[in-house]
Amino acid sequence: MSTAPVKKLNPLGFEILDYRGGKSTLCAGCGHNAITERLIEAAWAMGVEPWRVAKVSGIGCSSKTPAYFLGQSHGFNALHGRAPAVATGALLANQTLRCVVVSGDGDTASIGMGQFIHMLRRNPPLTYIIENNGVYGLTKGQFSATADRGSTLKNGTPNELAPIDCCQLALELGATFVARSFSGDKRQLSAILKACLGHNGLAVVDVISPCTTFNDHTGSTKSYAYMRDHEEPIHDIDFIPHYEDIAIEYEEGAAREVTLHDGSRMVLRKLKRDYDPHSRLHALEALYAAAQANEVLTGVLYAETGRPNLAQSLKLVPEPLATLPEAQTRPSPAALEAVMEEFR
Amino acid sequence: MQATPSAPSVSDGLESSARRTPIINDLSLQVATANGSGSQTANTVLMRSIFQMGVPVSGKNLFPSNIAGLPTWFTIRASRHGYIGRKKEIDFLVAMNPESAREDTLALAPGAAVVYDEPLGLDALRSDLHFYPVPFDKLVGPVCPEAKLRKLVRNMIYTGVVAHLLGIDLDEVRRALLKQFGERKRKAADLNWGAAQAGHDYAAAHLTKTDPFQVQRMDATAGRIIIDGNTAAALGCVFAGVTVLTWYPITPSSSLAEALIHYLDQLRIDPATGQRTFAVVQAEDELAAIGMAIGAGWAGARSMTCTSGPGISLMSEFIGLGYYAEIPAVVIDVQRAGPSTGLPTRTMQCDTLANAILSHGDTLHPILFPSSPEECFRMAHDAFDLAERFQTPVFVNTDLDLGMNNWMSEPFDYPETPLDRGKVLASEDLERLGSFARYRDIDGDAVCYRTLPGTNHPAAGYFTRGTGHNDQAGYSEREDDFVNNLDRLRRKFESIRGALPAPEIQPRPEARIGMIYYGTSRYACEEARDQLSAESGIETALLRVKAWPFDPVVHDFCASCDRVYVVEQNRDAQLLSLLKMELPAALAGRLQSVLYYGGLPLDARTVSDAILAHEQEAAQ
Repeated sequence: MSTAPVKKLNPLGFEILDYRGGKSTLCAGCGHNAITERLIEAAWAMGVEPWRVAKVSGIGCSSKTPAYFLGQSHGFNALHGRAPAVATGALLANQTLRCVVVSGDGDTASIGMGQFIHMLRRNPPLTYIIENNGVYGLTKGQFSATADRGSTLKNGTPNELAPIDCCQLALELGATFVARSFSGDKRQLSAILKACLGHNGLAVVDVISPCTTFNDHTGSTKSYAYMRDHEEPIHDIDFIPHYEDIAIEYEEGAAREVTLHDGSRMVLRKLKRDYDPHSRLHALEALYAAAQANEVLTGVLYAETGRPNLAQSLKLVPEPLATLPEAQTRPSPAALEAVMEEFR
Repeated sequence: MQATPSAPSVSDGLESSARRTPIINDLSLQVATANGSGSQTANTVLMRSIFQMGVPVSGKNLFPSNIAGLPTWFTIRASRHGYIGRKKEIDFLVAMNPESAREDTLALAPGAAVVYDEPLGLDALRSDLHFYPVPFDKLVGPVCPEAKLRKLVRNMIYTGVVAHLLGIDLDEVRRALLKQFGERKRKAADLNWGAAQAGHDYAAAHLTKTDPFQVQRMDATAGRIIIDGNTAAALGCVFAGVTVLTWYPITPSSSLAEALIHYLDQLRIDPATGQRTFAVVQAEDELAAIGMAIGAGWAGARSMTCTSGPGISLMSEFIGLGYYAEIPAVVIDVQRAGPSTGLPTRTMQCDTLANAILSHGDTLHPILFPSSPEECFRMAHDAFDLAERFQTPVFVNTDLDLGMNNWMSEPFDYPETPLDRGKVLASEDLERLGSFARYRDIDGDAVCYRTLPGTNHPAAGYFTRGTGHNDQAGYSEREDDFVNNLDRLRRKFESIRGALPAPEIQPRPEARIGMIYYGTSRYACEEARDQLSAESGIETALLRVKAWPFDPVVHDFCASCDRVYVVEQNRDAQLLSLLKMELPAALAGRLQSVLYYGGLPLDARTVSDAILAHEQEAAQ
């Protein structure tokens, strides 16, 4: 007797299909498509309510991707480099939204740099994913500001300028969760994205995401081949979502456990050397050293729990400001009369 | 003033003029000081004292872009006729600033009065003025033992001197002082009161009034308030239930944001919990300020920003996105002169055309043009209803003159109607409807239904983009989708036209010519109308537009006139350009510009002179 395959449901009773979006129009093999897949899995696995999600992006290949995941959610493909402002505004209107911003290296590290660094200062509760391929894809292959010095365009032109490291900036400017990953590292990226969704505050993830059309050649430092040879995970991540109560066993000193705001836990298993994810200084040192050694460090570089997010800093009422009743937002006639009296 | 006994002189004529023809409640008084010298309190007290005597009054601060040191002038106009626009001629000068005293004195018309700091010796400059020297430094010592406060307190001495010379009741000065300082700053009030009295007593003992200017009690200000337009607009936002303010500091709009924060803190924080029903973020620039406002509007907040011209330039791209993605947001533009450095503290109506079509591509935005604090309050309030009802950015174009100067006003009326939150579908609506198409015109008014992020229904979500979408918000680069959407947006603009405030028309049965104007040009135009009538027998009908796009009655008004003078404070005839866009060519040909763009508030004489010259030309 045959049985129909059992549909796998998340704690909300949704199947993974409920988290899918439209068909991707990006190139075959594009790293961004893999990130989209991981985001779908992470949102499903974490039991995020699709209707509560606001997807915001800027302009570029990466910024097209919010149309390819969480089709039931609201999305806003905004202006080049301006997703941080739009997302911040949306969260001011409704802090109960779960906001995911997808940006790229051009969108963040060039035109959007001003908004990116000021977002870091404010700690809005959102996940900010930088799909980092070192080139402008939609305009056909110009260098972006994250291209490494000495790496080349497809036609051989070398980049002479120093790269911008968005993770270093995020650490410098007070981000409360900073990670780097690789679109081809399925397990690690999945765990990191889940952790982002469990974080209260701004989670910045820089994901090296090769551009198969313009930047997957031998002179590139953002290619699949380069990442296979140079990725250096700082730890191995076991992720235990908030609704599961599983004890993970590890030897004393062999792993560090981080509990996130929503009760989810990360067990960060030591690889070559110990890594403290609660030290900004440690993280910055590690990134500098890795850059010297031509290594791409991946993993959770920094996690800080307990800092108030933007809405908490602003002491907003817990309900969304957007839908507060008039009685709460328009003061009384007596209040107006009292103000008028000041000017008589 | 020394009159020569042997021969009649100008001074003799001056001395007797006070007795012969007193000029009552009709003067323009200018106080010239250095920026940062703390004269604001003294000037406000002077203005308020006249107001309290029931005399219509206005106060205008002409200040440089500077923190301290450069010359600044405060002009108070008292007018029994109720004219509160700027008057070009100064009748009564208080010369406190050595830097500008000479030039200020030389610029006066014969017969004007000058109160001045004695060491400046201004009386040597001319013999056709009434001079009143006052030894301010000698007077301030005894009333202000603390040396470091003397610079501030000496200003209040001229308030006392002027009060004596003009006949302003000293009790009213005291009342105004207490109002200004409040009970909590009683010590400062007492100190300043001492200074005002010292000035008054000195004038009574040592100065002989020779000028004709007098202030006498009237009953034309009862029940009114004095307030600046920025505070009024801020209150309009508070009573519109604004929930998100994102802004970047820029003169002359900063005081609007600051007043708004002040009243939100006062009126919208739960005293029990300390929690706020509003969010304010000072952004890193105007790009982010409008970006946050658009993001908040998308997610359902009553969101706004306030700025001035340079900020408008930076907001251009987002305003276009707001137009195409159909997102409500309120932008209050307190206009000032041109980009970069130059005249950031001078007034203009120079963003009219820019705001009407701001951004790239085909874009059209409604603009409200307040002309008074009452309208700042009302229109700032209404802008939120319009923005949410029509799902589009709405501009309120005020200017530095209105925003930063003090104006008499009727107290504001509490808004009569509930907040209009527009066509928003909640989860219950979606349950009933099953689905919705974000950009489909269901009601025939070209305004579509929207859902807010966070609406708990599987059909609620949609994807927001700029131009490339079909009526279900799906990605589309199809020609018909694009054209249909553009056409619907144009129809929506027509729906907006019908919802905007109608022009204020002041007809004259005999008039063959008309004036069209907006915002603060109102005061000069109304006074110019009376000048033209009284001095030249020219009657003019008036039309003040309160909003763009224009009401159809503008067409009828132009059709009823042989010539229509369009008066505005910019070089390029921006309102006239918009009128030409909307009027048939035959009517557009009747329009004639009267332009002023010097950065000061427009005065009546500039308008009446220009119209008279054109009329004389037309008569030939």
